[in-house]
Amino acid sequence: MARRWLAVVRTPLGLTTGLLVTAVLLLAVVAPILWSDRAEVVDTDQILAAPSGEHWAGTDSLGRDIFFRALVASRLSLELALVATVIGVAAGLLLGAAPLLLGRRLGRLVTAGVNIAVAFPGLLLALFFAVVFGVGATGAVLAIGLAGAPSFARLVHTLVAGVAALDYVSAARVAGVGRFRVLLRHVLPNIAEPLVVNATISAGGALLAFAGLSFLGLGVQAPAYDWGRLLFEGVGMIYVNPAAALAPGLAVLLAGLAFNLFGEVVAKGLGVTTVGGIRLPAATPARSGAERRSEAAKGEHLAMAPSDLVLDVRDLRVSFPGPAGPIRPVRGVTFSVRHGEALGVVGESGSGKSLTALAVARLIEEPGRVEASRMEFRGADLRDGASAHRHLLGTSMAMVFQDPMTSFNPTRRIGGQLAEVAFHHQGMTRKQALARAVERLDAVRVPDPAKRATQYPHEFSGGMRQRAMIGMGVMGTPSLIIADEPTTALDVTVQQQVLDLLQSIRDEDDVALVLISHDVTVVGEVCDRVLVMYAGRIVEDLPADRLDGGARHPYTRALVAAVPDMDTDLDQPLAVVPGRPVDPADVPSGCAFAARCPLADARCRAEDPPLEPAGDGSQVACWHAGEPLGLDGSTGVLVEVRTP
Amino acid sequence: MSDLVFDDVTVRYGTARRPFTAVDGVSLVVPEGQVVGLVGESGSGKSTLARAAVGLAPVHSGSILLDGRPLPRRGRERPLQMVFQDPFSSLDPRMTIGESITEALPRDLSRGERRAEVARLLALVHLDPDAARTLPGRLSGGQRQRVALARALAGRPQVVIADEITSALDVSIQGAVLNLVRELQRELGLSMLFISHNLAVVRYVANHVAVMYQGRIVEQGPVSEVLVDPRHDYTRELLAAVPGARTTTAVRAGAPDTPGTPAALVKPRSTS
Repeated sequence: MARRWLAVVRTPLGLTTGLLVTAVLLLAVVAPILWSDRAEVVDTDQILAAPSGEHWAGTDSLGRDIFFRALVASRLSLELALVATVIGVAAGLLLGAAPLLLGRRLGRLVTAGVNIAVAFPGLLLALFFAVVFGVGATGAVLAIGLAGAPSFARLVHTLVAGVAALDYVSAARVAGVGRFRVLLRHVLPNIAEPLVVNATISAGGALLAFAGLSFLGLGVQAPAYDWGRLLFEGVGMIYVNPAAALAPGLAVLLAGLAFNLFGEVVAKGLGVTTVGGIRLPAATPARSGAERRSEAAKGEHLAMAPSDLVLDVRDLRVSFPGPAGPIRPVRGVTFSVRHGEALGVVGESGSGKSLTALAVARLIEEPGRVEASRMEFRGADLRDGASAHRHLLGTSMAMVFQDPMTSFNPTRRIGGQLAEVAFHHQGMTRKQALARAVERLDAVRVPDPAKRATQYPHEFSGGMRQRAMIGMGVMGTPSLIIADEPTTALDVTVQQQVLDLLQSIRDEDDVALVLISHDVTVVGEVCDRVLVMYAGRIVEDLPADRLDGGARHPYTRALVAAVPDMDTDLDQPLAVVPGRPVDPADVPSGCAFAARCPLADARCRAEDPPLEPAGDGSQVACWHAGEPLGLDGSTGVLVEVRTP
Repeated sequence: MSDLVFDDVTVRYGTARRPFTAVDGVSLVVPEGQVVGLVGESGSGKSTLARAAVGLAPVHSGSILLDGRPLPRRGRERPLQMVFQDPFSSLDPRMTIGESITEALPRDLSRGERRAEVARLLALVHLDPDAARTLPGRLSGGQRQRVALARALAGRPQVVIADEITSALDVSIQGAVLNLVRELQRELGLSMLFISHNLAVVRYVANHVAVMYQGRIVEQGPVSEVLVDPRHDYTRELLAAVPGARTTTAVRAGAPDTPGTPAALVKPRSTS
């Protein structure tokens, strides 16, 4: 937390405005102590003097020094602005949090009242209150404070509603925590940041508003003086001595700017996560030639690309700049997909499986970097960049994402969005393209496709939307469908239908499928071959039918044993992988899985095992592949079985 | 410990003119010391039923009784506790996990007693008692879900409702949480309403199972009966949809393909 604020202050603009705000506040504290006498001494010899070495901004009608008066006025100006802000924020907090405390009905009433108040212009409210409370500093403070309350209340209300919908607030209420305590302990701390930022900005606003009211004669009354009052007095003699008005004007400008900018900078700084920050994307350190050669050699010993490969990827690496050097979520992945083959990719979140798919589809954006010694899709080198193969990627590679809600544009009809593919990539007319879209929706078993094509995404259920997404993928004649957790957001029954659909498309058109999932059982059911990824590497590559019982890598075996199915032994605990997944920013040397592995020894911690053929078409990266493992009957942790 | 009884419970949302019935006349008993699994697709009303039980959703008609008495809605004593689906939103990011658990403890404990109780609860869910001082941001999803379980237990509940507690977790972590649920249930003799859309998971933890479809319970009974010899078409379809089930069960051939959309999905809902 403190570090984030510090990061804000470290930016050039943050530093400048931070210093400016500090200077203004400091001035407000010390100016009256140091210069009160010089600002208030009446000098009849010097009435309305022009700026001179003695009086930098001249003097007023009583011969008082305007420059020092502007300095000393900073305290009253800021005090009044801050008090007004406090009043506004406090009233806003009360009104904004009231719906949470009062319950539904009364809350609605308060919200409606606030909404009406927001509709009135702030200055109008201020003038109205100024009349109600009487002319003078007190009236003006209350006026500006209360005028700012409605918009602040609205903000608080929105923020509170956002946090109150979260599960931890529900959990606290279920635990019997009262509404007031929920507000104090759970809601307010979690909305404090935006509130503080907004309060800072509104302090700048209050300062300006106050100067305005005083200037109109509704604010501070003589003999007290603030910047607005000085401006009011100075403007009368602007042709005689422009500095008399400019000095307090400049003060208002600087102070207002300081508060507003500081608020903006903090808002921007806190809204952005710490990754990246002000650092420029660090260039990936060039690897040495020797390292490169050895990698190339590693790639060569795999068979040269036979012509039936749809996708051929060698030594794929993805990296992102991080605060402590590049983060490498994908560290040298080599695989290929044949025509009509279904390849599954499994692994925990953070294993790099999704990034691998995104890299292949050329969807990784700056500052991410994708490197590979080979990346060919139907013979085209994808390393040339997405634009070089836009047509090929648009028609031959289809991508299905986890969340079908965000993959469609919510403001356009489904049919039109599907038709776009055919219109842009296949040279059809709009009418032909739309007909093709309806036909494809029918092909992915969307009932009543002609009517459905005219509907918007929100009118589709999750499963239907996922079908439409697959329909979009098969608008062209894809030779590869990449599906990234396509069923994770769906119900089991719907999941089954979507998997069936993918399967049938594959059978009919001989389309290759890359199915990414964290669920071994889903992958095992649909795919021919499975890649198991851990910490950005492939640790095992095996036929899907060997998953159950035939896996050699301890991680794969644990994954398989961790999932209950309809035949799971109810007397045994489920297998557990102890420890935590590897942080891509901090990959240990040696085998990345060693820290969680029951079979690990000194060699595993020192040397990373290469992915090597293990017979029967599978490959495994483990020094202890296939060694016997047992299940601890009380904890579910896999343990090494020692043979005497 | 005692029975949690849902008697003809109906939950409605929306306006009086356009009501939307999320839960429609559900009667269900969670017997003392037993785990009842509640399965169904999203929008079937299973989460709404749970939220109604803990007072987070309004009950339109019917009653929810614990030990023959209505559940208290005010005050500190809450004999019914709930664990939520998403471990990333169910813990306050600004509170240490010790504070989160302490909040749910009975008020009459001294400071020392509270600290000891938090340590005991953390040990119960297999977390290091020193973890009490850390913020949830430093924990993994599985660890957070353990904390959420510990918090639910802190209120000394008679019944715990677990709402899809493993569906937001990686499969590798899901196993550990399910093991923990079974262990806690056995050791503490807890009554539980275990909500899930995954029949294999329910089979693993529950004694009884109730199948919910479009706001109603269409089938219920002991796990060994319902999952072996399902009576309702929807139950058969659910069974067939369990990943990997096709090779072991042949029921799918006889199950009808329920086309279209579950009722609730066509209307926006505020819960779950």
